[in-house]
Amino acid sequence: MSSDFEVSLFVFMLATFLGLEIIRRVSPLLHTPLMSLTNAISAIAVVGSILVAGKQESPLSTVLGTVAVTCSMINIVGGYLITYRMLKMFKKSGAGKR
Amino acid sequence: MIDKVIPLIYLAAAASFILALKWLSAVHTARRGVIVGVLGMALAVGGTLLRPEIVSYRWIAVAFVLGTIIGVPMAMMPMTAVPQRTALSHAFGALAAALVGTSEFYLRTPKIDAFTMSALTLEVLLGFLTFTASLMAFGKLQDILPTRPITYRGQNVVNLALLGLAIAAGVVLVASPARTWLFPVFGAFALAFGVLLIIPIGGADMPTVISLLNSYAGLSACAMGFVLDNRLLIVAGALDGSSGLILSIIMCRAMNRSFANVLFGAFGQVQASAAVTEERIVRSATPEEAASILASARLVIVVPGYGMAVAQAQHKVRELFDTLTKLGVEVKFAIHPVAGRMPGHMNVLLAEADIPYDRLAEMDDVNSDFAQTDVALVIGANDVTNPAARHDTTSPIYGMPILDVDKARTVMVIKRSMNPGFAGIDNELYYMDRTLMVFGDAKAVVGNLVKELAAGAASR
Repeated sequence: MSSDFEVSLFVFMLATFLGLEIIRRVSPLLHTPLMSLTNAISAIAVVGSILVAGKQESPLSTVLGTVAVTCSMINIVGGYLITYRMLKMFKKSGAGKR
Repeated sequence: MIDKVIPLIYLAAAASFILALKWLSAVHTARRGVIVGVLGMALAVGGTLLRPEIVSYRWIAVAFVLGTIIGVPMAMMPMTAVPQRTALSHAFGALAAALVGTSEFYLRTPKIDAFTMSALTLEVLLGFLTFTASLMAFGKLQDILPTRPITYRGQNVVNLALLGLAIAAGVVLVASPARTWLFPVFGAFALAFGVLLIIPIGGADMPTVISLLNSYAGLSACAMGFVLDNRLLIVAGALDGSSGLILSIIMCRAMNRSFANVLFGAFGQVQASAAVTEERIVRSATPEEAASILASARLVIVVPGYGMAVAQAQHKVRELFDTLTKLGVEVKFAIHPVAGRMPGHMNVLLAEADIPYDRLAEMDDVNSDFAQTDVALVIGANDVTNPAARHDTTSPIYGMPILDVDKARTVMVIKRSMNPGFAGIDNELYYMDRTLMVFGDAKAVVGNLVKELAAGAASR
């Protein structure tokens, strides 16, 4: 196993535990916005997609990469926008309704 | 020079994602969380665009425009459609990861070391199976496909065999990545398994399944990070993976079931064998009678369920909330974790209707209040209120934590008909002496209640 891979595994392990600790604290009230936000964050696949689409190493990879960038972009734009829209709807009692 | 800067940009992006999720934990910081999340993504995209490997921006630009054109309307969908929208975006995310994995495979084969190839196989397997599974979930939530679980003899054997074949093909590919002919076969197995996985899953299990698919989509992006040796992808993917995992665990606990049972148990397919066959008496009330009971109550707890979402009744429920509050009645909402079709579904719907979020109570906090409650008003919820879960060991929902609505002085149930709910289980709540059934469409009935209450208040 290369040392790069070992470091990556450690990063993965730490990020997973960190994720579990952070997400456990999210109030059930916000579980739907949480899911749409993590959905937008998992569009981080855009990084790999851009590289594949932009390197233009083969026609196949360029086509697949372009489709992948489109899919990721849908989730980035759609995911963040809808999360923000949802959160704007959560209001406290008596806090300037309508 | 730029090679030294890009890792720092990625580092800042990873930190932004962590902060985004941390701030999402409370309502008053949540919006800040979204903004820092956007910042993180902008850094990630910007940093990637700077990379010297990129020789042409033409197709990237086309894809950005296309993605934005499709993404904006997807963000404007009504809140009732959020579960299916979420399923659809899981499908997009997973497809992106699978396609990147596929092109990496064809670009690098046969010079892929075993570790990278293992990560790549995992990325493509999770990506493709999540893609078709999410599309199936979308179809079921959108009512394009039948919501009822579809089962056949030997289903689990077929499903597990297919998964086994996919994994076997993956292992062979790891051992000898030069066998390019096997790769499409492997992809096809993964795609087919995704379809078969969702066929036996019914509507009531959607919250768990959507959470699980959320986790898979994240893990697929994470595996991509191992393939590309990119730690930003690993961090972001791991955060999503753990988020989906926690949500699915919460959903499973709220139904007292295991993952295996959700995925392979085909909940709701088996009718309770001990179902009582004799006619039982239910008491029904007109909206006038129901309104006068509500008007004289001190504390009313509303229990919303998927039926409220289907009937689009949340805005009428807000009117009822306003009217009762004006009459001096205290109104709370009791939210069961699996009410609706995805985690937190009811909260978002009620928030959309301008009901203040401090009126929305979680199951564990509100259950002790039912004993002091004058009226528990059940709108479109069924199995989460069934007292059989507490004592009937033969019931399929035995052991599931429920909202203790049966402890309230009066239970009012708004329901379209006496047909059992999605799980196909008869609810003994409806036959109690204290229960009044108000039959009709939830939106119409709540609208009538509001009218009767207003008329009653005016004549006083």
